[in-house]
Amino acid sequence: MEKDVIRKELKVSAIENGTVIDHIPSKTVFQVIKILNLKEAENQILFGTNLESAKMGKKGIIKVSNKFFQADEINKIALVAPNATLIIIKNFKVSEKKKVQVPDVVEKIVKCFNPNCITNNEDVTSNFTVIDKNELKLKCHYCEKITIKSTISFLSS
Amino acid sequence: MKNKSLVSINDFSREEHIQIMDFAEKFEKHPTQKILEEYVVATLFFEPSTRTRLSFESAASRLGAKVIGFSEPGSTSVKKGESLRDTIITVANYSDIIVMRHPLDGSARFASEVSRVPIINAGDGANQHPTQTLLDMYSIRKTQGSLDNLNIAFVGDLKYGRTVHSLVMALCNYNTTFHLVSPDELKLPSSVKMHIKENNHEYHQYSDIMKVIPHVDILYMTRIQRERFSDPLDYEKVKNSYVLRNSMLEKSKPTLKIMHPLPRINEISIDVDDSPQAYYFTQALNGVYVRQAILAAILGVKVN
Repeated sequence: MEKDVIRKELKVSAIENGTVIDHIPSKTVFQVIKILNLKEAENQILFGTNLESAKMGKKGIIKVSNKFFQADEINKIALVAPNATLIIIKNFKVSEKKKVQVPDVVEKIVKCFNPNCITNNEDVTSNFTVIDKNELKLKCHYCEKITIKSTISFLSS
Repeated sequence: MKNKSLVSINDFSREEHIQIMDFAEKFEKHPTQKILEEYVVATLFFEPSTRTRLSFESAASRLGAKVIGFSEPGSTSVKKGESLRDTIITVANYSDIIVMRHPLDGSARFASEVSRVPIINAGDGANQHPTQTLLDMYSIRKTQGSLDNLNIAFVGDLKYGRTVHSLVMALCNYNTTFHLVSPDELKLPSSVKMHIKENNHEYHQYSDIMKVIPHVDILYMTRIQRERFSDPLDYEKVKNSYVLRNSMLEKSKPTLKIMHPLPRINEISIDVDDSPQAYYFTQALNGVYVRQAILAAILGVKVN
């Protein structure tokens, strides 16, 4: 058992200061990277996916050095990683641990499922109010139609 | 309300709805008031809707305003590929208020965000048509004396009709009992029914129109379209069950009024037109007073 733990730790090495995003579904690791716009970041970023997890079977993890996200920035990932854990690391030690929360408003990242919506036909930034955080129901600010979990898709940047 | 866009019926409060209806009452008494002589009203119809456009242009003309615009985008820069954003920003420079109709859902909300003058939504795709809702409310209040304590029946396509959805939402501000008559395939969406429940009103669903006729104050008819049915046989089965004929009105209340957003195809037989209960053409006339009221309220001019 102990050997396993050690091996897991080694898979994505520790960071001195920064944020660890743990318990990301393996399938959505790259979406999380996109949502957080890490492509543009200059920080050191380590990530792993399809790692073994007792809780989730397989999971992903992302570690970003010297980066401490604002709540509204990080909470966007709750759409694809609702059970993600945020761990704030200072001097190699856990200084804070919390769960992500579904935000009240979702801008840019989600595509409205209504093909006749103005956001899918003109250069208009998508914008939703989250009307149900548990079931994940998003009401489009423009066409007023409701995008649900099964119809959600993400805009490619 | 001054300078506020009217995109969705919920953009205006219950009090603002009442103020518009009170203004409309004044215009009904004195339809010609040259209170907008200094103003330019733009009517941008990105898809044709003759009735709505003429009703707005008639309203603006009776107020003395100049009207500019187009009735279909064919002969305009839109056809050259100009974005909605650019069209709206440009026309906002030429006018004091913009009335727009557009085939895309949400286009009016977007226009209201880029325009420096207020937008009146005259229909954005399948989404909203708030001036229709206000004229319906005005017609109900006028014929029944109040919007409270009424039994209102909606008949026909309750699933896709945006007119029905918006009116039901708006009437939830009043003490209303809803009677919903439709074929199984075209029932009111559950989100709208939720809204009725949340406001502690009652609704009852029927498939037989005869069950509601003796009990209701308003019979709001809508058209059932063939293309709404995946199986054409289903349409054939129901198409004649939702046609109103004069003989069906025998047991109705004498104060019942029959409404319809028009155009009517065959869902109200023409033998109903002579009944004192037929109200759909007057309802369309009320649209002019209500649109006068909306223009005056948003432009903030005094109504006599």
